[in-house]
Amino acid sequence: MEPRHTISVWVDNIPGVLSRVTGLFSGRGFNIESLCVAETMDPEVSRITLVTTGDEQIIEQVIKQLRKLINVIKVVDLTTVEHVEREMALVKVKAEDRSRAEVLRIADIFRCRVVDVSPNSYTLEITGNHEKIKAVLDLLKVHGIHEVVRTGTLAIQRSKKD
Amino acid sequence: MKLTGAKILLECLKREGVKHIFGYPGGVVLDIYDELTRCPEIRHILVRHEQAAAHAADGYARASAKVGVALVTSGPGATNTVTGIASAYMDSIPIVVLTGQVPTALIGNDAFQEVDIVGITRPCTKHNYLVKDVRQLAQTIHEAFHIARSGRPGPVLVDLPKDVIQASTVPKFPESIKIRSYNPTYHCNPRQVKRALDLILAAKKPVLYTGGGIILSNAAEDLFQFATSLQIPVTSTLMGLGGFPGDHPLWMGMLGMHGTYCANMAVSQADVLIAVGARFDDRVTGKLSEFAPHAKTVHIDIDPSSISKNVVVDIPIVGDCRDALKQFNDLLAQMTLEDIAAIRSQWLATIRDWQEKHPLTYTWSDTTIKPQYVVEKLWELTQGEAYITTEVGQNQMWAAQFYKFKRPRQLMTSGGLGVMGYGFPAAMGVQVAKPDATVIDIAGDGSIQMNIQEMITVVENDLPVKVAILNNSFLGMVRQWQQLFYERRYSATPLKAPDFVKLAEAYGAVGLRATKPEEVEPVIKEALHTPKPVIMDFRVEPEECVLPMVPAGKPMHEMLLA
Repeated sequence: MEPRHTISVWVDNIPGVLSRVTGLFSGRGFNIESLCVAETMDPEVSRITLVTTGDEQIIEQVIKQLRKLINVIKVVDLTTVEHVEREMALVKVKAEDRSRAEVLRIADIFRCRVVDVSPNSYTLEITGNHEKIKAVLDLLKVHGIHEVVRTGTLAIQRSKKD
Repeated sequence: MKLTGAKILLECLKREGVKHIFGYPGGVVLDIYDELTRCPEIRHILVRHEQAAAHAADGYARASAKVGVALVTSGPGATNTVTGIASAYMDSIPIVVLTGQVPTALIGNDAFQEVDIVGITRPCTKHNYLVKDVRQLAQTIHEAFHIARSGRPGPVLVDLPKDVIQASTVPKFPESIKIRSYNPTYHCNPRQVKRALDLILAAKKPVLYTGGGIILSNAAEDLFQFATSLQIPVTSTLMGLGGFPGDHPLWMGMLGMHGTYCANMAVSQADVLIAVGARFDDRVTGKLSEFAPHAKTVHIDIDPSSISKNVVVDIPIVGDCRDALKQFNDLLAQMTLEDIAAIRSQWLATIRDWQEKHPLTYTWSDTTIKPQYVVEKLWELTQGEAYITTEVGQNQMWAAQFYKFKRPRQLMTSGGLGVMGYGFPAAMGVQVAKPDATVIDIAGDGSIQMNIQEMITVVENDLPVKVAILNNSFLGMVRQWQQLFYERRYSATPLKAPDFVKLAEAYGAVGLRATKPEEVEPVIKEALHTPKPVIMDFRVEPEECVLPMVPAGKPMHEMLLA
């Protein structure tokens, strides 16, 4: 598989900008694996974190084409720097009789939070990187998952340590 | 003082130096058209189809080096401009398209003549705007013109809802502009320029491959100085024609699919290729992996995304072509060059051999008019001075091959998008920008029918545009591909055309016809002496092919020759 790249895009916080960004990806045949958008501390700026795949030349084009959009302020490929990534998932998992304890144990091991309880299910909040979420979901699958909702990847550059 | 949106808009246009608008009125732009009656500084040219307004603005922009402006109503008025906008986008032509829009309260309600034109044109404009508040209007128009003409130029669309145009405010006209997310790089990195020049100076078989960037950045003189001082042969893309004089010994002609044998061979054997304001389009490169296989490549372009998009280059230089060439020339001025003529003699001799071995040519006929002959005669009888527009297809390629362009901005052609129906409205735009010049649309009998309705516009506005139809009763270029690659199965390419002479007369223009070679010259002479719009109907050889031709996907040195 082609390498994943996590890219941060600072954009003007005005209507239509997201569509310019996603339209660019569909129009030029680039992939989007996930996408998160929200306002930054500056209300005039939004930050998009997107995950895409492609070889070096494609990623170079992705970044250059993004920079070419008038409403794009800054683009950083976080994959090239030290950074932290997080995703979140909400999972409604079947929890009856014997499995109630086991589901809670898995939740505990992975530091998930129980955000809703019913007689035959738990809803868990899982936070972590892409791999961790996959690991938890794989373990929970055995018990029966009713529903999953997931965010895309969020990522931030690590601060300098010295 | 409070002004209406319509008044502010026209005031903004005047401040941007706009003298001409190509447009078509409609319900939501009534207020703008009303305001135009009180604005003698701006002349409005009423087209007969909105597509023509966009192409005319494009032709106007190319000929005048100013921003072309089109004004249309909402819905169909706006969608009709899309082809023209997309063409301007592909060719990096600065136009501003003003579209009316339904009142803001109705947007999204499927109102009469409502369309999301900002959404539709997002992928084919450099940028676009929906103005939702009259207080934003002056700023937005200023930004639109700034974005259209700066950096890599392109079309900008501004969507103007009716209530915004009717609302009033005390306008603040911006004096300067700063868009934090938009700062094109003009000045090229001097270290990259020096590296490139070192590579070029060490080259034995250098080739300059130039494109539309030379025209857009007004770099023709700098290119000339650079090419002649280092004796580097020059070829260009379709978009770059006129950027280097077509009668100069260093000129090799156009390269690519219908390029000259010499240009394609030179690129195939070059050891250093200097790409200036060109973008390695598939019609230029042929089979990408075999394009300029022996060359180290320098690529100068103002758009970073053009660099290493198709071809990975050795020395990328981001910036204005003219700045790069000036820096080259300045560096050269400080050097004592060895005897360039001696160094280059062998390479230039090879170039000359190629030129002599396979020049652009065609088989003469005493009985049938050859289309190439018509273009040659047009060139000869206008002393190479006319402004030429073209449609798309064989007419376009013959114009590119046989009219030897002297100056930049002399050729307007839809290069990237390849729009049939571009040439005639574009010629109209050129004639508005250059009222005293000879403007000729070199057309085919197919493509002229795509925007023929503008005949009445040129008649009405006394625009003495000349149309030279190379009438072969075919959609010639498609027919050529059918002949060469589909065993002459002429599917949907033979076509009927109206009697163009009568048609011209019906519109109040002049119609002339030539059916034999000896009639070509008198017809052209008469047309050039007629101070009115003229259609020249040249009945040419129906099955003539544009040659040389590199079949699609083949390497450039594998040409079919005449």
